[in-house]
Amino acid sequence: MKRLGSRWLPWMGFAAGLLLMAAGIARGEFIAVLYKASRICLECIGIG
Amino acid sequence: MVKVGPGGLRRIRRTVQFAALFIANGYWPGLGRAEIYSGPAKGVCVPFLNCYSCPAALFACPLGSIQSLLAAARTLSVYVGGMMLAAGFAVGRLFCGWLCPFGLLQDALALPRARQVRIPRWIRAFKYVLLALVIVLPVAWVSAGVGVPFYCKFFCPAGTLEGGLVLVLGRPEIRVNIGWLFAWKVAVLALFLGLMPFVYRVFCRTACPLGAFYGLFNQVSLWRVERDRGRCKSCGSCEEICPVGVPVTKNPNHTECIRCLECTKACPYGALVFTVMEARNHKVKLEL
Repeated sequence: MKRLGSRWLPWMGFAAGLLLMAAGIARGEFIAVLYKASRICLECIGIG
Repeated sequence: MVKVGPGGLRRIRRTVQFAALFIANGYWPGLGRAEIYSGPAKGVCVPFLNCYSCPAALFACPLGSIQSLLAAARTLSVYVGGMMLAAGFAVGRLFCGWLCPFGLLQDALALPRARQVRIPRWIRAFKYVLLALVIVLPVAWVSAGVGVPFYCKFFCPAGTLEGGLVLVLGRPEIRVNIGWLFAWKVAVLALFLGLMPFVYRVFCRTACPLGAFYGLFNQVSLWRVERDRGRCKSCGSCEEICPVGVPVTKNPNHTECIRCLECTKACPYGALVFTVMEARNHKVKLEL
């Protein structure tokens, strides 16, 4: 049995996730995902 | 407050799963025309497997997005990664049990006996290998100048079912391009479809990198299953009802737990509750 976390770990991890999301959106990754997901990616479905 | 038993909870869960299926795949005109939706919602990643090449999909799949950005730009998306991190730290693998459409398909196809089938640990570990490859291969395996989205291209049976097959059937110009790769992917899908009636959640337990990722957070998520040691009589009711073979009395937040929460309703002593983490010192066991 390993002690891996304290009571703050989930809160800090959750907040870090939200901050990373915001940072990603700020650096244009939302648009990048939108661009990729709006086109049929033949390679992604095993055709190309 | 109305009390529900394991059967009632299962019906509620099924309703939520269907709602998630129809919300995440609400672009009905796309199904008829075999055209995918390209509005702004497509930039939003849902926290579960949902192929964005499915003509009905309104949102993006996190696995597809993270791989395609790795393959195209050699950069790990902090937007998608952050979403997955926040989702994992919030509720762990709850998305597998309650929202994932491919999980719903597996639930629907499973025969009652499938819930008793145990899968050896070394086979379950395969999903962690796939999780590592999802990150490594789009960067390390470069073809014609761009990385290869390995999991989507060679493996994902959800993508084959939701995206590949629908587009191949609906679009003749895509149909003429299918070859050995598509045949391989259909074979992978057929393998899992063939196993689903006999092994409960066989795909989630052996080959889903997203489930593997969220499972790592089950122990440290904000919402988790808490066992009241004072009330628990170790009667085994929880382990008997668990469809994925979690040793609930030893570790109710095991990495394999998909948080169907039936154990919390099956306990005759009310010793298990799904709640916000206990504020006192918490010992964490990471069992794969």
